[in-house]
Amino acid sequence: MTFEPPIAQLQTRDRSGESGCVIDDGLCPDWIVDNFDRYIDPFWQHVYLTVTPVAIGFVIAFTLALIAHRRTWLVGPIASVTGTLYTIPSVAFFFLLQPITGLGNTTAIVALVCYTLLIIFRNVITGLRAVPEDAKDAARGMGLTERQMLWRVELPLALPEILAGVRIATTTTVGLAALAFLAGGGGLGQELDQDPFFKSNVVVAGGLCIVLAALLDVIILTFQRFTTSWQRAAA
Amino acid sequence: MTDHSSAPSPNGKGDRQAATLEFRHATKRYPGQDSPAVDKLSLEVPAGEICVLVGPSGCGKTTAMRMVNRMIDITDGDILLDGQSVRDRNPAELRREIGYAIQQIGLFPHLSVADNIATVPKLLGWDKKRIAARVDELLELVSLDPHETRDRYPAQLSGGQRQRVGVARALAVDPPLMLMDEPFGAIDPINRERLQNEFLRLQRDIRKTVVFVTHDIDEAIKIGDKIAILQKGGKLAQYASPGELLMYPNGEFVEEFVGADRSLKRLALQRVRDIDLWTAAQVRVGESVSEARGKIADSDLDYALLVDDQGRPEGWLSESAFHGERVERKLRSPADPCVELDDILRDALADLLTSDTRYGPVVDDHGKVAGVLSLEVISNFLSDAPTETRTSVDLIEEEA
Repeated sequence: MTFEPPIAQLQTRDRSGESGCVIDDGLCPDWIVDNFDRYIDPFWQHVYLTVTPVAIGFVIAFTLALIAHRRTWLVGPIASVTGTLYTIPSVAFFFLLQPITGLGNTTAIVALVCYTLLIIFRNVITGLRAVPEDAKDAARGMGLTERQMLWRVELPLALPEILAGVRIATTTTVGLAALAFLAGGGGLGQELDQDPFFKSNVVVAGGLCIVLAALLDVIILTFQRFTTSWQRAAA
Repeated sequence: MTDHSSAPSPNGKGDRQAATLEFRHATKRYPGQDSPAVDKLSLEVPAGEICVLVGPSGCGKTTAMRMVNRMIDITDGDILLDGQSVRDRNPAELRREIGYAIQQIGLFPHLSVADNIATVPKLLGWDKKRIAARVDELLELVSLDPHETRDRYPAQLSGGQRQRVGVARALAVDPPLMLMDEPFGAIDPINRERLQNEFLRLQRDIRKTVVFVTHDIDEAIKIGDKIAILQKGGKLAQYASPGELLMYPNGEFVEEFVGADRSLKRLALQRVRDIDLWTAAQVRVGESVSEARGKIADSDLDYALLVDDQGRPEGWLSESAFHGERVERKLRSPADPCVELDDILRDALADLLTSDTRYGPVVDDHGKVAGVLSLEVISNFLSDAPTETRTSVDLIEEEA
């Protein structure tokens, strides 16, 4: 098997005929204002490359955690498999997937999903395990079925831990999605790579990554505050 | 005790009657263990009575209780609720009909007090209005202010308040049977006593059949209509009313478990009016001395008690009061301690022990002298077999 390095397909942006600051690869406010438009599409691609893998990863990891919750012998094997996926270097992962899923979003998303699994799975399991035994005993004693107990008692009490996992997974994915261009997935990483020596470009594209990570974090945190107000009641 | 199965539920709303409970050779054996955790336990709890399961740790009392709502499955024998075997019931449905309160309370930290109490009503599909009304009713029943407590989270309550919410939650659908596993075990002694009294008052109104687990014999004596003492290996040592148990322990184990002070414990189950008091010479100022001396001769004491026009005690007269023709107001000591007919005998004894005289006048509801209580009177009572045995619930009932 031979792989075509996808980097070869990328082209460096042409900046001839611009002002001195731009030619000198400097930080040029005028250029940023004039060229900001071109970052909007990659930004939204980056949002897509972050939110989609986290959402898919959450559904998979959450389902796995619920299955393993009452079958504790499954926790070890699932953690091993997702843990192994987590250790594969992302560039290698993109190359490995390319013959199967081709160049483009799919390859990037499949790889990114795999990276979220371990974090979310482990946090859901940890959260469910931390539910106080006395609350579970009372729930059973009052006649809740196992399913009712899961949805009405265990999951609500595990929610802070679960959302903490989603936050870590999201922030991680924003960073990893910056490499998605290697799989042909676009995003802000592609902008960075097209002109890596031009300070204005690096600051805008990199800065938008940071802004995105912070923004998504705030959104999840706000959701958490609304759904777990009981946690602050003790104070 | 009389049969309370026909007693109405609180406010006459729930109309759920108390259930009878019968353990019939109920046995629990765990695989790999030589001796059973509960061994052929047979006892009947009449409707509306509190049955306390008490014994040292490892005697199977909690296991026996948890077999009732099938939190633990029966290996052999049976448990009948209103004559129907619990083994034939769907566990979840059975549990919704049985109140469940445990020492750790197990309130759900993510739900408000109201939502905690509403757990079983919601499972049974009650409508919102009915649930809200029931929550307020229950909070009042357990002496909590609905407006203040309803929307709080468990973390915002004190230990005693949490315990009350736990009891309210267990009572939510007015179950005919309550299981309580050391419900006051984690509470400090002062609040525990208060909660026990409150619970007995509550029980006077709701008349549930209750299975109450504790390791504390004093709590068992205070709470129980009937006490089942279990010993290691889950064997029933004795099943009797508190008074019977204190008077007639049926063996060394029970005797030891009940304690060497069991005669003193009987004092907690009696009131001053229950025992034969000494008569007192009641003398008024201005009475003729000869008449007064005659009263002293007829009484059980060598001293006369000065009383006012309403017959209320003023003090013990000194010898010098009888020097003239008429009785004069000369006191040798005040009328201390003064106990009431309704006082618990144990409390009255404590009053006597802290005074110098070792005896004191007893007054009725109107403050009139009804007799004299002395240490001798109490010790006579203790050496006699009881004519009747009563329970704390009876005592509280009389008070009302």
